[in-house]
Amino acid sequence: MGDSRGGCCPPMDLFRSEPMQLVQLIIPMESARLTVAYLGDLGLLQFKDLNSEKSPFQRTYAGQIKKCGEMARTLRFFKEQMLKAGLSPSATSVAQTDIDVDDLEVKLGELEAELIEMNANGEKLQRSYNELVEYKIVLKKAGDFFPSAQQSATAQRREMESNQMGEESIETPLLQEQETSTDLSKQVKLGFITGLVPRGKSMVFERILFRATRGNLFLKQVPIEAPVTDPVSGEKMEKNVFTVFYSGERAKNKILKICDAFGANRYPFSEDRGKQAVMISEVSGKISDLKSTIDAGKLHQDHLLRTIGDQFEQWNLKVKKEKLIHHTLNMLSLDVTKKCLVAEAWSPVFAKKQIQEALQRASVDSNSQVGAILQVLHTRELPPTYFRTNKFTAAFQEIVDAYGVAKYQEANPGVYTIVTFPFLFAVMFGDWGHGICLLLATLILIVREKKLSSQKLGDITEMTFGGRYVILMMSLFSIYAGFVYNECFSVALDLFGPSAYACRDLSCRDAYSIGLIKVRNTYPFGVDPAWHGSRTELPFLNSLKMKMSILLGVAQMNLGIILSYCNATFFGNCLNIWFQFIPQMIFLNSLFGYLSLLIILKWFTGSQADLYHIMIYMFLSPTDELGDNQLFQGQKTVQHVLLLLALVSVPWMLLPKPFLLKRQHENRQRGQSCTPVQVTDDTLHSEANHSHGHGHGHEEFEFGEVFVHQLIHTIEFVLGAVSNTASYLRLWALSLAHSQLSIVFYEKVLLLAWGYDNIVILVVGIIIFIFATVGVLLIMETLSAFLHALRLHWVEFQNKFYEGDGYKFYSFSFALIHDEGD
Amino acid sequence: MYGFEAMTFNIHGGYLEAIVRGHRAGLLTAADYNNLCQCETLDDIKMHLSATEYGPYLQNEPSPLHTTTIVEKCTLKLVDEYKHMLCQATEPLSTFLEYITYGHMIDNVVLIVTGTLHERDVQELLEKCHPLGMFDSIATLAVAQNMRELYRLVLVDTPLAPYFSECITSEYLDDMNIEIMRNTLYKAYLEDFYKFCQKLGGATAEIMSDLLAFEADRRAVNITINSIGTELTRDDRRKLYSNFGLLYPYGHEELAVCEDIDQVRGAMEKYPPYQSIFSKLSYGESQMLDKAFYEEEVKRLCLAFEQQFHYGVFFAYMRLREQEIRNLMWISECVAQNQKSRVHDSVVFIF
Repeated sequence: MGDSRGGCCPPMDLFRSEPMQLVQLIIPMESARLTVAYLGDLGLLQFKDLNSEKSPFQRTYAGQIKKCGEMARTLRFFKEQMLKAGLSPSATSVAQTDIDVDDLEVKLGELEAELIEMNANGEKLQRSYNELVEYKIVLKKAGDFFPSAQQSATAQRREMESNQMGEESIETPLLQEQETSTDLSKQVKLGFITGLVPRGKSMVFERILFRATRGNLFLKQVPIEAPVTDPVSGEKMEKNVFTVFYSGERAKNKILKICDAFGANRYPFSEDRGKQAVMISEVSGKISDLKSTIDAGKLHQDHLLRTIGDQFEQWNLKVKKEKLIHHTLNMLSLDVTKKCLVAEAWSPVFAKKQIQEALQRASVDSNSQVGAILQVLHTRELPPTYFRTNKFTAAFQEIVDAYGVAKYQEANPGVYTIVTFPFLFAVMFGDWGHGICLLLATLILIVREKKLSSQKLGDITEMTFGGRYVILMMSLFSIYAGFVYNECFSVALDLFGPSAYACRDLSCRDAYSIGLIKVRNTYPFGVDPAWHGSRTELPFLNSLKMKMSILLGVAQMNLGIILSYCNATFFGNCLNIWFQFIPQMIFLNSLFGYLSLLIILKWFTGSQADLYHIMIYMFLSPTDELGDNQLFQGQKTVQHVLLLLALVSVPWMLLPKPFLLKRQHENRQRGQSCTPVQVTDDTLHSEANHSHGHGHGHEEFEFGEVFVHQLIHTIEFVLGAVSNTASYLRLWALSLAHSQLSIVFYEKVLLLAWGYDNIVILVVGIIIFIFATVGVLLIMETLSAFLHALRLHWVEFQNKFYEGDGYKFYSFSFALIHDEGD
Repeated sequence: MYGFEAMTFNIHGGYLEAIVRGHRAGLLTAADYNNLCQCETLDDIKMHLSATEYGPYLQNEPSPLHTTTIVEKCTLKLVDEYKHMLCQATEPLSTFLEYITYGHMIDNVVLIVTGTLHERDVQELLEKCHPLGMFDSIATLAVAQNMRELYRLVLVDTPLAPYFSECITSEYLDDMNIEIMRNTLYKAYLEDFYKFCQKLGGATAEIMSDLLAFEADRRAVNITINSIGTELTRDDRRKLYSNFGLLYPYGHEELAVCEDIDQVRGAMEKYPPYQSIFSKLSYGESQMLDKAFYEEEVKRLCLAFEQQFHYGVFFAYMRLREQEIRNLMWISECVAQNQKSRVHDSVVFIF
């Protein structure tokens, strides 16, 4: 197929996808890793998975992948630690000699162990430090309220005691172990526990304590203002200092258990004020000691993390590459002798030399005795589609790919999309003021391209950034279209000289076109500004834009049909040329091509003929006299011929192709093809489907199915010719909507505010105008015009020729690692 | 009775139903299980799971893995999903979601109380508790000495409090008591849940009553089989059965007097839905009964997803995930202990 490149069209890189070939690589085991690494650097191969029936861990290199996963985990751990320490891995990592993977694994393991140990030590210290801090707080706080609390506790207990004396019957067995109430001095000896409890739990804590001791306790809580670090979890939380007074051993046990359950840390406390002061100073001393130890540890850890951070990116890349290499190696099948690996991969034809070089380099570098062997396989399988795009064409190709990836080597509409897409957009968005705004916005993106492409963007920004060159083209074209329409924020300016029209006399101040006479040459470029604001502005512009839309539509649809001819010659399919391309051309042009001709004629001659009338009565009563609607001599005869051609072309499209296909099939069946075998679309398709089981020439042929298929195609084309042409009228509709909307904002907001002669109203008016322009006209209208241009390309243009059932070429390349984030 | 759920359900429940159905799509499939069953080490399992929704939860685990880590992380995922749904839910869905966890709460209470009885460390016990059944003061359970204290100290604050009213005694706790307490609580819980679902009405009531009835019947059978040969009297046994379900009331009468497994079988085979379960088992066998019940349950739970606009999907999803985690635990254990031949004994495929 590659030899017949050219045909009707000059060779263009983007027009046909790269010729591909299936290559088989036989790589000796010992140099396999290096070879794949070099091929990954090259990035021009798409490996086929030859072990798809095996699960991931049954494959040859599962162990290595696991190792890579482990290393990646260690690296994530480092990153987490670095984030905790407030360090970021330096982007410009120190260029270091290439480190071996096994060495790297050992090194990472060592570093991790060191870091974990350091953390453990640090944690222990930190924990005791936090405990001491808490203790200090408890000592201070509790020291403040302890005496008063103790007093009230004692008082409460006495009171309770006296109550109990009165009601013996109540089943309160709690104070049984207490001596009888006669010995007051002994009773007052209350036990107490001090500590800290998280504030969120303090209510529940109090309640449970109350229930557990049946109210036989005194609890005092004081909140701590600043949150403290919990020694156990290491998190900052708000806490309360509490002191519980209780009596009796059993109550104490219960309270201790409850404290444990609530994560309340208990600290020893002394009743004696003197002792308290001693304890505080002791604790403070310990705290400062610990602090310096911890700081030293932190410094050491920081140092270690910094060394890790210097090489982090490099290691990360290395590990990712390694993982990718082994994933690829897993796709290769093991030779019977187990000495070499066999790979199958798609690659562009032009890359063969580079691949061979890479293979050679790999075998030299790995000291392998046998070099890797590359051979081209012949297959009937459809190769992947690969376009070599650059940053400018990529976005346009994306627009096409979003509809469907081109079949291998079929004509690529992306080439034309680069111009037609922004142009059709501009027809709908024609306003050079808005165009300049759009241009400035996208220029910002383009100027800051380098910076923006390296960082992660939000969803919408990402999309805009990806399509920056599309937007650039769109804005340039809409500036052009704006000049043609002569609109700048809906205001007409006479940039190209004065208007061709002037008033007949002084009385016509409203600038009605009736009252104007032509005084100069025609306005040199675009719409004459005199039309603006006149009563006939809308009818004039509507007629202009409507006709223009039809001309553009017919041109683009013709282009589509011509592209189907390019495909047919390229794939050597005569049937499609004779029974698809030619009748389609005739049908479309005899109806709508003729209409376009009439439009142009009418513009040139200035005739008043009614084109609707001509078109409609061309079908309804072809024999009638044209009368006023005659545009040229012999128009009636021409119309008769065209009508006849259109009528003939329908059965031409419908009938012969299925019968010819059937005959071709029968010929092939008999094994004596009269004509060289024509690989038509349909047979190619069925071969692709049956390539596994059936050999050549065994494909099924269902005449009924083919015929119905053809019938559907014909009906679709005939109806489509009408509806698609009508669909191009959206160009007019959107352009109208855009200009009317901008007129509304300009007149009803800006001019209205201007009229008030009040600075506040003016400012408010300007603000509203700016927001409306940006929000509605620049953003929403851009979106809607974009979508409509998209539709015109996908449906009206591409359905004439585009199959779009190919699949994309995904090369195995390390370059992609950088793109994907974590 | 059908309300017009289709009209109004999506106002509050639509988002969460979509979420839960999305979660369901992440359940492991038979192909996944086949791959998992072929694993040689726990690292293989981790590698396989890293390609599933469990990936983010397992990827940062250092390499010598343990079964408990895998199960813990998988449960964590379930808990995260549950918490997310609970946060988003409005009444009455939030109450419904809370009801789902009460079963775990009961199990946790029983676990802690039994553990303290055998003088195990509370922290250790807490780690074993199911995270869905945690409540604030759960650790305090260790303080209680008898049922009454248990109730008055801790449980009165929890949603389990109303279920406790039937089993408050001042008896000291022992294994038998606790087991009876568990079943009484479960009975009350199921009945309450059942009543709640009936109150919700519509498709929720219909589907949940089916699922809960199955649960109740399964518990009834388990109680019967476990109590054969113990000192539990027939009346006491009868009292532990929930008062709804397919077996209620006549099946319960029969189960209450059963003395061996074959009698249970005789009683159950009168009920067509359970006939198929028992027909899989040979006579005198009760080992495989659990699996058979689980399989039947999974089948029913999957069916709950066939209908829209009801809360049963949340219940079904939680249960299916739990089953999946049980499966993973079993597979991991088999792999870890080199008993791969037994892998298929207890794994219940969900799809």
